Amino acid sequence: MMADIFLDPFTHFEFMRRALIACLALALGSGPVGVFLVLRRMSLVGDALSHAIMPGAAAGFLIAGLSLPAMSLGGFVAGLCVALLSGIVTRLTRQREDASFAAFYLMSLAAGVLIVSMRGSNVDLMHVLFGTILAVDDLSLLLVAGIASVSTLLFSLIYRPLVVECFDPGFLRSVHGRGSVYHMAFLVIVVLNLVAGFQALGTLMAVGLMMLPAAASRFWAREVWSLGLLSIALAFLSGYAGLVISFRHNLPSGPAIVLFAGAIYVFSFVFGSNGGLIGALLPRRHLQA
Amino acid sequence: MNAIRLTDVTLGYDRHPAVHHIDGHFEDGSMTAVIGPNGAGKSTLLKGIMGLLPPLTGAITLDGATCGDIAYLPQQADIDREFPLSVLDVVLLGAWKWTGPFGGATRAMRQQAEEALRAVGLEGFGKRQIAALSAGQRQRMLFARLLLQDCRVILLDEPFTAIDARTTADLLALVNHWHEERRTIIAVLHDFVQVRRNFPQTLLLARETIGWGATAEVLTAENLLAAQNMCEAGDDRAPPCRRSAS
Repeated sequence: MMADIFLDPFTHFEFMRRALIACLALALGSGPVGVFLVLRRMSLVGDALSHAIMPGAAAGFLIAGLSLPAMSLGGFVAGLCVALLSGIVTRLTRQREDASFAAFYLMSLAAGVLIVSMRGSNVDLMHVLFGTILAVDDLSLLLVAGIASVSTLLFSLIYRPLVVECFDPGFLRSVHGRGSVYHMAFLVIVVLNLVAGFQALGTLMAVGLMMLPAAASRFWAREVWSLGLLSIALAFLSGYAGLVISFRHNLPSGPAIVLFAGAIYVFSFVFGSNGGLIGALLPRRHLQA
Repeated sequence: MNAIRLTDVTLGYDRHPAVHHIDGHFEDGSMTAVIGPNGAGKSTLLKGIMGLLPPLTGAITLDGATCGDIAYLPQQADIDREFPLSVLDVVLLGAWKWTGPFGGATRAMRQQAEEALRAVGLEGFGKRQIAALSAGQRQRMLFARLLLQDCRVILLDEPFTAIDARTTADLLALVNHWHEERRTIIAVLHDFVQVRRNFPQTLLLARETIGWGATAEVLTAENLLAAQNMCEAGDDRAPPCRRSAS
């Protein structure tokens, strides 16, 4: 029966239900954020920030043990520091954002490796870094849902200035003054969502659920709002399908989710109606005007 | 009445002056062309007036006008042409003064935006993506946004560069209409024929003022030669400027 495969894991097991809800919250938060990272040509900044969060989470682990609040707080602080410092360097000096982000996240990553090595190899810590969505408990579910809510609210609040800051920063400055405050608020939202994702997917995989659906939806949708909605849907679909696959075949859930999102991306760039490969290789007859 | 007064204004980047000790004023309701060679400080001057670049010396005073009363059209290169927005949404941004960053657009604003699109010859383009527009259509769209902004002072930075003759004529008619409505217009231009035909006032800039006044008196062969001989700033061995405000 099809229902056995697609529904049973969730009707029979509470940890699967929790994981599914966590994926929904992550999709709601990360989907639109990823779209804006793509539109701002900052796709790799998400990756840089996810690396930046690692030492904070590891430091939280060293201080407080396997405590989600401590590790989340540590990760948030580390991510925020890297985002703020790179932002400051970009605004005050001539250095471009990609270079300043690279500089600070590499320092952060090195610090993380140092902290991890001080404890030797530690299985619990590896779980933190690579994620265990199947171990999502009430507290982490609340954290993920809370972050998704805050992020969605904050995002809808700064939506218009953020769009204008991407599209025509000169105009925003002429009618509203400097747009940096919205840019920084946006980076805070990125960090928040990566922190939400690290418990479920791991610090390094969290960025996958953020970027892959966003990059894939660019091959279908044509407007900012529809890009956002589609990437939420694709992220949730990846979460659901990844969970089912990992359950059936006894695979780690984080990579399964991200790989499914990757499969959607590959499908999209081949078949996408908006600039996909097939459309480019099989040109239809041109129109009269 | 003076809309904008420049008092010993120096604007620049990294201590190098792009606009050097300029004095003068743009009268309320005047229509001025700013011309000069590349690197003469024309765009820098507009940025200074907009308050995007603080003066190194001197002061720019806006008489009675606040920043919200000035509309600014930057050079074409400054916008992201691939951004997934519809033409109508971009024009509606002109209503920022009333919507602010968070408020919604009313039906009246939408109607205004549709009318502005009609006025610039883009009727029926509202739903299209901006990525699909030609350079001329994009400039028409940005003029529609200026229409919606409805500002006392309008700054245009090379509005007709890389724009064909027909679009230029249409948009120039709009600018002339603004002039009739007694708005203050300052436009950076390169086409002398266009300036002579349409702009009563001219500021000829070559880092310093070469001439500023009635167009026929400023656009003389002598002045143009003087402007051409300007050397661009950026000499790191140049000594500090000792000229003080008079």
